[in-house]
Formats: sequence, C-alpha cells, structure tokens
Amino acid sequence: MDWLFNFPDIFDLDTSAIDNAVRSFAVSAEGMLDVIKGGLNGLVNFIGMILMYIPWPVFLLLIFWAGWRIRKSLKSGILYAVLIFLIGAVGLWNLMRTTLSVVLASVAIALVIGIPIGILISNSEKANKIVRPILDTMQTMPVFVYLIPALLLFGTGNASGVIATVIYAVVPVIRLTSLGIRQVDKEVVEAAKSFGSTKGQLLRKVQIPQAMPTIMTGVNQTLMMAMAMVVTTSMIGVRGLGMEVLNAVNRIEIGRGLVAGSSVVILAIVLDRLTQGVVPNKRKSTEKPIDSTKNKKDGGPENGAK
Amino acid sequence: MEQNESILRMEHVTKLYGPNRSEAIKMMKNGSEKEAVYKKTGCTVALWDVNLEIPKGQIFVIIGLSGSGKSTAVRCFNRLTTPTSGKVIFEGRNVHEMDKKELLEYRRNKISMVFQSFGLMSHRDVLGNVSYGLEVKGVAQSKREKIAEEFISMVGLNGWEHQSCEQLSGGMRQRVGIARALVNNPEVLLMDEPFSALDPLVRRDMQFELLQIQRKLKKTVVFITHDIDEAFKMGDVVCIMRDGKVVQIGTPEELSMNPADDYVRDFIESADKTKVLTVRNIMITPSCVVRLGDSMDRAILEMRRNNLSSVIVMDNELHPKGMLFIGEAIQARKDGKTIPQVLQTGINAVAEDTLISDAISIVTESSYPIAVTDESGTMLGIVTKASILSSLN
Ligand SMILES: Nc1ncnc2c1ncn2[C@@H]1O[C@H](COP(=O)(O)OP(=O)(O)O)[C@@H](O)[C@H]1O
Ligand SMILES: [Mg+2]
Repeated sequence: MDWLFNFPDIFDLDTSAIDNAVRSFAVSAEGMLDVIKGGLNGLVNFIGMILMYIPWPVFLLLIFWAGWRIRKSLKSGILYAVLIFLIGAVGLWNLMRTTLSVVLASVAIALVIGIPIGILISNSEKANKIVRPILDTMQTMPVFVYLIPALLLFGTGNASGVIATVIYAVVPVIRLTSLGIRQVDKEVVEAAKSFGSTKGQLLRKVQIPQAMPTIMTGVNQTLMMAMAMVVTTSMIGVRGLGMEVLNAVNRIEIGRGLVAGSSVVILAIVLDRLTQGVVPNKRKSTEKPIDSTKNKKDGGPENGAK
Repeated sequence: MEQNESILRMEHVTKLYGPNRSEAIKMMKNGSEKEAVYKKTGCTVALWDVNLEIPKGQIFVIIGLSGSGKSTAVRCFNRLTTPTSGKVIFEGRNVHEMDKKELLEYRRNKISMVFQSFGLMSHRDVLGNVSYGLEVKGVAQSKREKIAEEFISMVGLNGWEHQSCEQLSGGMRQRVGIARALVNNPEVLLMDEPFSALDPLVRRDMQFELLQIQRKLKKTVVFITHDIDEAFKMGDVVCIMRDGKVVQIGTPEELSMNPADDYVRDFIESADKTKVLTVRNIMITPSCVVRLGDSMDRAILEMRRNNLSSVIVMDNELHPKGMLFIGEAIQARKDGKTIPQVLQTGINAVAEDTLISDAISIVTESSYPIAVTDESGTMLGIVTKASILSSLN
C-alpha cells in the first residue's frame, strides 16, 4: 500500500542540466551579454548623472512645480516638495537619487518595449493569443525565479536589477496599451478609416491619442511596480534605498529600516500622484449641451466664448 | 444630369457572419429564412443577394427594421465591410478589388461617411475633426483649415471652430460630422442613420438642411434610416430591406401606391401618407365641364344633370377662372347676363405636386371643391374634402 501514498518518481529531472545550459549560454554569449550589460549600466549612469547635476533646491522646486501644474493645486505642489525634502533631511538624498536612476531607466526600457507590444497585440488576434499567456506567466512567476538567471547572465549590479525590474513591470503597460486601443470607439475608428487613413495615420492620429488616458494608467502602474522591485533587486546588488532597507533587515536595525522603508514609500507616492495627474481626464463634467438651433442662427457662441 | 445614370452599384452582394457558411448558403438557396438559418447553423445572414443601383446626384434611402442589414450594406460601399460574395461597382471599378493605394484614393476623394453616433474624435476640436480628411491626404495646414472653415460655416457652426466636440449638443456634433464628410468634396456621401440619435425637433431642422445642402451641391447620398417618415421626406428613391434582402425599390410615391407585399404595406401604413402623396394622387375628374363661352342655359343644365350647386368654370385653355353657383346662374339667366358677368373669380387652385399635408387646410376651409392645376395652370382635376379625408386612413 505504500506506493499509494508515495508519489512515484516518473521523470528524474536533472535541474542541474538547466543550470549548466544557462551557464554555458552565459559563457558562449558573453560578448552580446556584455554589450547589453554595458548599455544598461550606461543608461542608469546617464540618468544618475543628470540627477546628480541638479542641485537639490532646484530638484525640490521641480517637484513643487510639477505637483502644482499637474495636480492643478498649489497645496499638492508644496506637499510633494516637503515629502521629498524629508527624504533628504534624514540623510538619504544620494541613495534616493541612485534608486530613482535605476527605476527611471527600468521604466524607460519597459515603455520602449511595452507600448509597441501593446499596440501590436491590440491589432492582431494572433499576436494577442501568443503574448497573453506569456504575460500571465510573467505576472504570476515569483520574482526570485528570474532574479537567478539575471544574476547568472549579468552578474550582480544594476544591469541585472534593471532586467528583473523590466520583466516584472512591463506587463501593465502592455496590457493597458492594448486595452486602451481596443476600447477606442468603433465608429471613431471607422470614421478615420473611411476618410482614407493609412494604418500608421490611424494609429498616430486617432487610436493612440484616444487611448492615451488608458496608456497613461499603464505607465503609472508600470512605474509603481518598478518601485515595488526596489527592495527585491537590492538582493542582486542594486544600490540605493532598497539596499539600505536590506542591510537594516540583515542587521535587525528596526529604526534604520523604518526610515529607509518610509523613504521608498514616500518616493512611490509622489511618483504615483505625479503620473496619475498627467492622465488627461475626460472633460465629461464640463459637458453642457448647447442647443444648436438657437445658436447657429446668430452665427456663433455667445459673447465670443472661444 | 441624366436621370437614371447610376454611380454606385451592388451586384449579388451577400454577407455572412459566423460559422458554417456553406451550409447557411445552401439553406438560403432552398428558401430558408434568416432566423431559421441562424438557429440551425449559427451563421448570421446580414445581406443576401442584394442588387442596388444608386442614381447619381440623388438621395437614395435604405430603410428597414433594426438588424435588416442596412449598416452592413452601406459599409460595403466604402469597404469598411467586405462582402462574402458579390461585387460593389463604383464608376465601373470593383471597390473590393482595389489595391491599398487605390482604396485610399477612393476613400479620400470619392466617398465619405457620416455616422449614427457621430464618430467624432474627442481629442480634436471642431476644426481638427472637420479638416481630418484633408490632413490624411497631406493638404498643408493653412490650406486645409481654410477649406474646413468653409464647410464649418456651411453647416452653421462658424465661431465654434476651436470648441471641443464634447461640449456640443447632438445636433451640432452631427453638423460637424456632415462638414467633415463634405470637406474632401466626395461624390458620394454615405449616411448611416445620421439623425437617429437626435431629438425630433433638431432632427427636422437637420433633415431640411441636409436637403438644402444636397440640392445645392448635387451630391449622391446614400441615406440609412429606420423611420419611414424620414425615408419619404429625404428620399428620391427608397429601398426597403428586410432580413438582409431588398424587398422593394421605388420612389416614395410608387411605394405608397403599389407596395410589393404586406411587409412594405405595414411599413408604409405607419407613415404619414399626407407627407408623401400629392393632390395628384387623390384628385378626381370633374363630372361636368363649363367654359367661359358657354351659354347660361348649358351651364345650368350641366349642374342640374350632375346634381351640383356649383361648378368650376374654365377658359378654352382649361385654366380655371372662377366658380359659378346655381342660384346666381338662374338669376343671371332671368337678367340675361353671361357667365363671365356673374362668375366669382379669385378661386383657389393648388398645383398638382402639392403635398396633401399642405393642401389640407386649403381644401377643408373651402366649402367647394378645389381645382388642381399643372405648371402651366391647366386644370387636371379637383380635390374635395371627401377625397382628402379618405386619403387619411
Ligand atoms: N460584426 C458582426 N458580427 C456578427 N454579426 C454581425 C456583425 N455586424 C452585423 N451583424 C449582424 O448582421 C445583421 C445586420 O446588421 P446591421 O447591418 O447592423 O443591421 P441594421 O444596420 O439594419 O440594424 C444583424 O443580424 C447583425 O446581428
Ligand atoms: Mg445600423
């Protein structure tokens, strides 16, 4: 009866063979991997350098200005600037800048990859059928599983971090770009076609602008997911606020962990609010239908309302 | 303009949606109904063997209940929908055999479309929407805006160029839709229920304005509607569709007078016939004829014989000249007067193409029959209260 309770070993899988395969790939593709690694590091360093050349008061002013313009409220601008100021005030300014450069580089790459894929699968049922399950896998796969190959292929450091972050964060922008384009009013698309738009014109002049609010929601979610990877990627050697949290955890320094952790949260909240505000909200609330028959006779809007 | 010259033609166009198409075709050929085919095969017959000729420079209305295939048909004309089989011919070319470039040219220059829920691009203002068709053609900005302005003012929207479309009322949005469709100076204008989303008052204005624009620009219009009153009001030719098939094509008058079957009859019953039929359709031939030069004796005899108390008197060209009443005629005979001396002139006459709805008040307010005349003023017949009333039901 024993055999009923002990599951028989049917396949004697040699997982070390997979390890070896990845390793030997890493060796044989070393040249290409080095190029990618160099490119990724270059991008992170480039963004980091730009951030470095912005004096902190100017940086705070920019945050204030963006908050004010984007959220259309002076209070928000001040609040965001103060929050970011607090991160600097507890001595984490430089770490924040490092984190920000990795996150921004990852998001930039995620968008460059994600938006075109989103567009592609919105227009082709075939591509959609292939890409969907991949996206589902990427979203459900535990992050650590692809930290390891990233580590094997690119070693510790920013390049691995960026790759892991991109894989994790690219999904929402793909999904929402595709969704946004599919949701564009059917008649609007028909209208654009009926006037003789080429596929490119349809995409550039109608579908993407119409889908913009949804695409921006995707961008926002991608950014948030990239922020969520900050602590995780510190385990493969990405410096910044995440590393600070990790070190604090390792040494059981609760206070230090709390401060660094709060900084990550603050940064995430501010970035979230700023990118949410960019989403062009539909002007439905201001909609007040005007009676056509009255106005058209006297040839224009009252009091030159334009 | 040749009256019957056609610009667009459909030949045996069939459109099926869904699975099991060959089986569906077999069933249809054996005379099954669309409904039965769908139940059995799951295949929707949107169009079945449709043959149409769209006459140049006229308004061709397609009418039918919802789901009868009107939208599918109109979309075959500009290839937004591709038929399962059959041909769509524009000026001798099969629209569905055009290559990419030809299709773009065709859509950019020859044919354009107005949509039921307007199909406006909410991220563009009125000007941006109207000039879209020129923009994709590559017309320079200043030039396309100038042309767009022209059409914006044609539809009465000057001053609104930079408004967002979402701030406009339904009627104004559809004006934008119409201006946008006209801006490329197309030969054919497809309109898929353009006024169905509008409330009745605005709708009436729009119908009237479209008619004016069409008469002015002489565009060929394919106009879809499910409202028979609208169909008869707008249509030079009306095509009635049912379950993807064409049931009857004809002028509003022809359809009213000779409906092909009960479906058409039911449709037309629901219409206000007085807006379609003219007095010519209901006039009767006068039973007695009296001319200015006749003797009083003859006039009285004619009236007595036909049991009439009054008669319309005509001159030799058969132009009605006035009413002669029996009492006055008898008196006049005693006094030795002639007909012209006792004639009551200034009588009412209506032109033969007057709609019954317009003639109602004239006829019912008069106690006598009204003369019906042609363009030259020649009398063709008379309409009476009784004939009007019987046309109403
Ligand atoms: N894309 C489609 N897929 C499946 N069936 C469709 C599609 N478009 C139209 N149909 C079907 O074709 C028939 C005709 O539709 P349509 O042309 O829209 O009718 P109408 O405009 O007269 O209301 C309907 O039965 C409809 O359900
Ligand atoms: Mg329809």
